[in-house]
Amino acid sequence: MMNGYSYGMEICMTNCPTLIVTVGLPARGKTYISKKLTRYLNWIGVPTKEFNVGQYRRECVKIYKSFEFFRPDNEEGLKIRKQCASAALNDVRQYLTEEGGQVAVFDATNTTRERRETINRFAEQNGFKVFFVESVCEDPDVIAENIVQVKLGSPDYTHCNTEQAVEDFMKRIKCYENSYQPLDEVLDRELSFIKIIDVGRRYLVNQVQDHIQSRIVYYLMNIHITPRSIYLCRHGESELNVRGRIGGDSGLTARGKEFARCLGQFMHKQGISDLKVWTSQMKRTIQTAEALGVPYEQWKALNEIDAGVCEELMYEEIQQRYPLEFALRDQDKYRYRYPKGESYEDLVQRLEPVIMELERQENVLVICHQAVMRCLLAYFLDKTAEELPYLKCPLHSVLKLTPVAYGCKVERISLKVEAVNTHRERPENVNVHRTAEDALQTVPAHL
Amino acid sequence: VLGDMSTEQTELTQTPLLKIWVPWAGGSTNQRRGSSRPQFTNSPTMIVMVGLPARGKTYISKKLTRYLNWIGVPTQVFNLGQYRREAVKSYKNYEFFRPDNEEAMNIRRACALNALKDIANYFAKEQGQVAVFDATNTTRERRGVIISFAKEKGYKVFFIESICDDPEIIEANIMEVKVSSPDYENCDKEEALEDFLKRIECYKTTYVSLDDESDRHLSYIKIFNVGSRYLVNRVQDHIQSRIVYYLMNIHVTPRSIYLSRHGESELNLLGRIGGDSGLSSQGKKYASTLSEFIRDQAIKDLKVWTSHMKRTIQTAEALGVAYEQWKALNEIDAGVCEEMTYEEIQENYPEEFAMRDQDKYRYRYPKGESYEDLVHRLEPVIMELERQENVLVICHQAVMRCLLAYFLDKSADELPYLKCPLHTVLRLTPVAYGCKIEPFYLNIKAVNTHREKPVNVDVTRMPEEALRTVPEHF
Repeated sequence: MMNGYSYGMEICMTNCPTLIVTVGLPARGKTYISKKLTRYLNWIGVPTKEFNVGQYRRECVKIYKSFEFFRPDNEEGLKIRKQCASAALNDVRQYLTEEGGQVAVFDATNTTRERRETINRFAEQNGFKVFFVESVCEDPDVIAENIVQVKLGSPDYTHCNTEQAVEDFMKRIKCYENSYQPLDEVLDRELSFIKIIDVGRRYLVNQVQDHIQSRIVYYLMNIHITPRSIYLCRHGESELNVRGRIGGDSGLTARGKEFARCLGQFMHKQGISDLKVWTSQMKRTIQTAEALGVPYEQWKALNEIDAGVCEELMYEEIQQRYPLEFALRDQDKYRYRYPKGESYEDLVQRLEPVIMELERQENVLVICHQAVMRCLLAYFLDKTAEELPYLKCPLHSVLKLTPVAYGCKVERISLKVEAVNTHRERPENVNVHRTAEDALQTVPAHL
Repeated sequence: VLGDMSTEQTELTQTPLLKIWVPWAGGSTNQRRGSSRPQFTNSPTMIVMVGLPARGKTYISKKLTRYLNWIGVPTQVFNLGQYRREAVKSYKNYEFFRPDNEEAMNIRRACALNALKDIANYFAKEQGQVAVFDATNTTRERRGVIISFAKEKGYKVFFIESICDDPEIIEANIMEVKVSSPDYENCDKEEALEDFLKRIECYKTTYVSLDDESDRHLSYIKIFNVGSRYLVNRVQDHIQSRIVYYLMNIHVTPRSIYLSRHGESELNLLGRIGGDSGLSSQGKKYASTLSEFIRDQAIKDLKVWTSHMKRTIQTAEALGVAYEQWKALNEIDAGVCEEMTYEEIQENYPEEFAMRDQDKYRYRYPKGESYEDLVHRLEPVIMELERQENVLVICHQAVMRCLLAYFLDKSADELPYLKCPLHTVLRLTPVAYGCKIEPFYLNIKAVNTHREKPVNVDVTRMPEEALRTVPEHF
């Protein structure tokens, strides 16, 4: 019997794989967009991989000498570059047809209509949908900043000083300018694409074909590059925490309240203008936020994972009453759903609007819960579904995330207020026939 | 800058209806710092339509307004044509719209100012958050007036321009919504079409589209040819971003949406709410009858969606086609009341039961959900329904009420009492500015699960008063 099991996000994604193709001169943010988009799609459960042609070129041409490699009249260079593009497309084909990939991001300049035609033909032959993402920017400040942030540190320029690197890179850009054919409203009206102009001031969106393309467009239209920081922390230690019980809706312990006070002081010292504070709708996060003395917004979507029939139980009790469930959870903690409850996978889906809004916002402090924080952290740090449920998110410590270059810098700040440990490592024995002792080996101490 | 760092830790109390934790006021009128929902925007927003007649402006205005109201953003349309019809009791012909008709111009300008005045009133006195100014707004001058007005009042402005030069689409629009307009009551279709085309010509001479260069500081979306292309400029905030996303997902391709509940379940028979039971024998009969019904409808490329609950999946299985499961379509979580009969709820939680009757939309079950929460969780389903064409959604009573309220533009007060009986399929077909609804009762008997609002909703009421409207069960 045919039956489609999905989360509503995989609709229309089970048909054809999609090839996302970046377009644009160097230093226009193509790789930034590629990596970020890939991270987002993987997080929401769409297997995605990026293929950066520059990397293929570096494999091929071990040492980068100068911009001359990119001169349009450098036949040898052109030949190598075309080969690299082909090699990358080959890997794309393998990823999408044999390795279970759903989306491939082909990250290269793709600035000529001819090159894009080649890619279109390739996609058509293989039954892939194509969606172009073009980044157009003429603001010299933005371009200069890009170069400083990500080009100077590139393997191409390890042996250069800053000035030499910048000079060479500007000449490199020039090599592409003459043959650059931007996507055109009229000539390319049959293609599906989004043109991002001036880092998001304006967008031209053409022929969105399906759900995943619509989601990609929405995501791209919500991200920005204004410097900011996101602070993630859990509520202060709660009454149920100290008793080793999961879930529930209890209030803070005295230590939890102390943490809330310290958090207030810490945030004050950070001296952030326009800080937004978000909590869940559970008592312990709200109590924590109240101590800050500033306005905050409650999101039901930030509520802790629903442990269903296991709500407010200790691990010892779960082992006693539901030993099979307990073992299944250890076998696949990401996908396991508590009876009448949720799974981490469900959590991710519920948190997607939170992530989308975090992308839109600037400085935000999110006061949430262990499982929720793991999900959010996994998004920012590009952690896999296997790693996600075991990320360390201890009580009374704040994570400060600052976007930098292609990723996120993380600073962990422990606010020096004692709290119980709530982190249960995956035990060695996850077999359903294991002894209670084996199951409870990694349970952290509690009252 | 953070506020007072006093060591006083406020105690919290949970509001009885919404189950929101708030500081225990303890007598003092301290202002709540914690808003119970994320803020979409911090000022009222004016959405200003732009475009020649018959470009879908009113269609977009109404649809967008319906969507925003459904997701909880108070929104209202201000249609200039209506103001004009009030001012000029009977419409003669297109000559009224000639750009050299000074008298008419004065009337039209006065109407615009009246509409703006009403918008200001909507924001200031009626807690409106979004006003959709539905008019052609085709000249830079007119848009300038609106922008100044908004600036003075502190409103944000977002333009939606619809550009279309496909004569077939335009004629179809005219036939669908213009010839039946009050303006053309006394004309036949051909006359109306001819006059309307002349009307459009009147606007063309002075039409200045939003310009990439001169209007680069404005926030807007340009929609080309019913959505094949969009130009989006300077989205300022969350609500504008959501509006853009919505507009980019809607389409006008004819299609139908079929809504149905699962077949009668075992718990339905026992008068118990929630749970995850299987179909009763009547329910199974419904499933196979539904299968025949769907086959007879001969629907092109039908998608079938269910929840993750056994009863909807069992129903879909009988159809013999592929279906997709959405956790978001699960029935409302009744928390501590799951699997109880209304009699048991009355016995165990009489206050909760009364509060639910007082405000069924916002009431949240302890450890459960409210209808308001349901709408929030169903939003992605609605978005995908907008993208799709023919879909059959097999869901649950509360869920179906929420979806139906979206399509039929029902208020939060009406929503929880919409009639969605078992074994009945509702076929929704978009037509003109709204939705045609056709019910199909498949003639398989089922229990009634609809509980009307009782007369007495006071917490002090007697059990009999509370239980008066409970439908029969075993």
